[in-house]
Amino acid sequence: MTFISRRDLLRRAAVVGASAAATTGARAFQASDTERSAESLALHDHVMAAAREPLENLTAAEADLLEAIVARLIPTDANGPGATEARAAHYIDRALGGALASSRQTYTSGLAALDRYSRSSRGKAFTELSATDQDSVLIDVETGAATGFTGSSAAFFALVLNHTHQGTFGDPYYGGNANFIGWDLIGYPGIRTMVTAADQKSLEAHTLKANHKSAYDYESFTKATARLSRRNPDEREA
Amino acid sequence: MATRLKDADVVIIGLGAAGGVAALPLAQAGLDVIGLEAGTWLTRRDFAPDELRNNFRGWPQAVQKANQEIPTSRATASSPTGPRGNIHPMQNAVGGTTLHYWAQSWRLNPWDFKVVSETKRRYGAARIPKGSTVEDWPFGYEELEPYYDKIEYEVGVSGQAGNINGTIDPRGNPFEAPRKRAYPMPPLRGTAFIDKMAAAAKNLGWHPFPGPAAVNSRSYQNRSGCMYHGFCNRGGCHVDAKNSTAVTTIPRAQATGHLKVVTRAHVTTIEVDKNGKMTGVNYVTDGVEYFQPAKVVLLASFTYENTRLLLLSKSPAFPNGLSNNHKQVGRHYFSHHQGAPVSALFPFNLDSWYGLPAQGVAVDNWADDNFDHAALDFIGGANLWAMSDKRPITAAGMSTFGRVPGWGSQWKAFIKENADRSHSSYIQKTTLPYEDNFLDLDPVVKDPLGYPVCRVTAEFKENERKIAAFSQDKMEQWYREAGAIAVQRAPVGGAMGVSTHAYGGTRMGDNAETNVVDRFGFSHEVPNLGVLGASVMGTSGARNPTLTAQALAWRTAEHLVKNWKKVSTA
Repeated sequence: MTFISRRDLLRRAAVVGASAAATTGARAFQASDTERSAESLALHDHVMAAAREPLENLTAAEADLLEAIVARLIPTDANGPGATEARAAHYIDRALGGALASSRQTYTSGLAALDRYSRSSRGKAFTELSATDQDSVLIDVETGAATGFTGSSAAFFALVLNHTHQGTFGDPYYGGNANFIGWDLIGYPGIRTMVTAADQKSLEAHTLKANHKSAYDYESFTKATARLSRRNPDEREA
Repeated sequence: MATRLKDADVVIIGLGAAGGVAALPLAQAGLDVIGLEAGTWLTRRDFAPDELRNNFRGWPQAVQKANQEIPTSRATASSPTGPRGNIHPMQNAVGGTTLHYWAQSWRLNPWDFKVVSETKRRYGAARIPKGSTVEDWPFGYEELEPYYDKIEYEVGVSGQAGNINGTIDPRGNPFEAPRKRAYPMPPLRGTAFIDKMAAAAKNLGWHPFPGPAAVNSRSYQNRSGCMYHGFCNRGGCHVDAKNSTAVTTIPRAQATGHLKVVTRAHVTTIEVDKNGKMTGVNYVTDGVEYFQPAKVVLLASFTYENTRLLLLSKSPAFPNGLSNNHKQVGRHYFSHHQGAPVSALFPFNLDSWYGLPAQGVAVDNWADDNFDHAALDFIGGANLWAMSDKRPITAAGMSTFGRVPGWGSQWKAFIKENADRSHSSYIQKTTLPYEDNFLDLDPVVKDPLGYPVCRVTAEFKENERKIAAFSQDKMEQWYREAGAIAVQRAPVGGAMGVSTHAYGGTRMGDNAETNVVDRFGFSHEVPNLGVLGASVMGTSGARNPTLTAQALAWRTAEHLVKNWKKVSTA
């Protein structure tokens, strides 16, 4: 078999995400485990792949700002990688052209308002503030104290936080939760299609190994098996 | 001009929980049945364990009719309309919401059928809450028992009997009404946490038991047992272990050769002739209009749509909407989704990632009239349910119990430790109908075809708020006994909003002045029109409505078969 598994692709994406973030000045998680080090040997290929990855819906400036916000919502810290490495902003950028399209305008106006508020109240663009000052701006936005938003800044904050959760803890297929960072953080033992009574006992005994799989790593849920499907549902309409 | 199709004996509008059941006895009797379903077939490959798609994106693979017709809602006739959701709780597909529902399959308690007479007998007439329009059902539990039994075996329900012909089994619910025989399958398995909660209930002197579920606990009818993969909540079953009508009664009805399933049929109105006799159904597919003539129509499109379709079907004989000359369509509406859950934080992992909402432990000691209300100031009660159900995005959105902020490093440390240590209870409470809680058509908001959507005007009243506060006390007591270190209660009361457990609007009863359908589910005003679903139920009990709606649907269909000539030529 010569194809690259989705898991490998996601791992690679995570490494690319981390290195890209490092070059733009955001704090990046310093991969220290041997697994990541081994993967970094192939970093050159991944950088080439990153060069082909577009921003699908956000402008470059919007994407930088969103990256800075999600990096504070779920920070990279002593408890390991956060929303940056999970590529939550990438998830949001992609989803804004699809399932979250109805929020596109809210992001345009909300991100602009947040940056305006940062400049007027703290004297700098949000991305140029220290982490502490970024947090204080975000607290104003969260509590509705920030001015200049269309509607409530709190509603915008809640929307971004919810989408950041989706991009950190959702299925990796959608472009976030890279390298299963979100699932590992909360101890989610992974997607399985069958969980036996023995598996449940292992979980309770802390011996169940995390299963790093997307739902769509299971062929039973993908287009791939369509031609193999013996029964076309429409044929059931007698 | 609509294309007139070939005559049918019976047209069922909506092949979900109720319509999907009714089709079977009709087809088995040899009646030619057409099932008009707005959605399509969805099968195992559509049911990925994908929390984003299932729980956050409203099943984009399905027909979006319901999502485009979400009712508006307001607390009272003088209060502003609240924010409208963007995902309807119900599903358009063959099998309807039984594809992704929680599948808890409860029988009602005998008290639920006789709330008025039993309350008067035990506590006096003054204890019926002021403004309530509650009536006794036209029959008691005993009448429905054979149909409950029928559905439990035809569809497949797992559970532990608590009362077989009066013999109490302490492993089951001692408050259960007598049943003729055990469930066809044993209950779903437990977990260490479920066992802990059961032990805590016993310590309190309560009677814990596993709840009934339309989910196979072992293989049944050549379908697999449950895989416990954790995506049952608003997810379809990838091995058909959830006993939706799409894998049980509907295919069985098709196999008789007498059920024709028509998918993507968007029903707009029900037609009557100048004498007020129902003649058939208008529907639209891809902008093309069809008229499907029928001798009998069974309306089974869920509570909101049942009311809406009747109100939209105006004619000279029924100027206020079909079967609404007594102005009862839309009345006696209620739901028991008051919310008001209680959440708890434990100092240990619950290991609840793999399970399903129908897997858990119930307590019925504080439900219905199972406890003495003489010294209390409300009637009814609540079923307490502790289940095993958790998925990652939802877990990350957990309450922080006031211990840390909702984001940032402290939050991250908190969820790293506690994502699997919180639990949220499911407390279903008696709700009664009231004079000023009702459904009608929204004067402003329309669906994409230009028809007004349904409007909910309803709030939880004093009796319901008192039940909520009382049951929260009991739930907190239960959690504390099991070792919870923090307990949090959601507010009680408020507007009813849009619910999966929506009742009334076409209530069943002998009195045509206060009820839309008769004791068999047929319209008092339009004898060849039947109504199926929880919209005919006059009380909720303290539990999920589906099994009762299905038992009633089978009973209505059986009545139709036995009285075919009389009903079809009425």
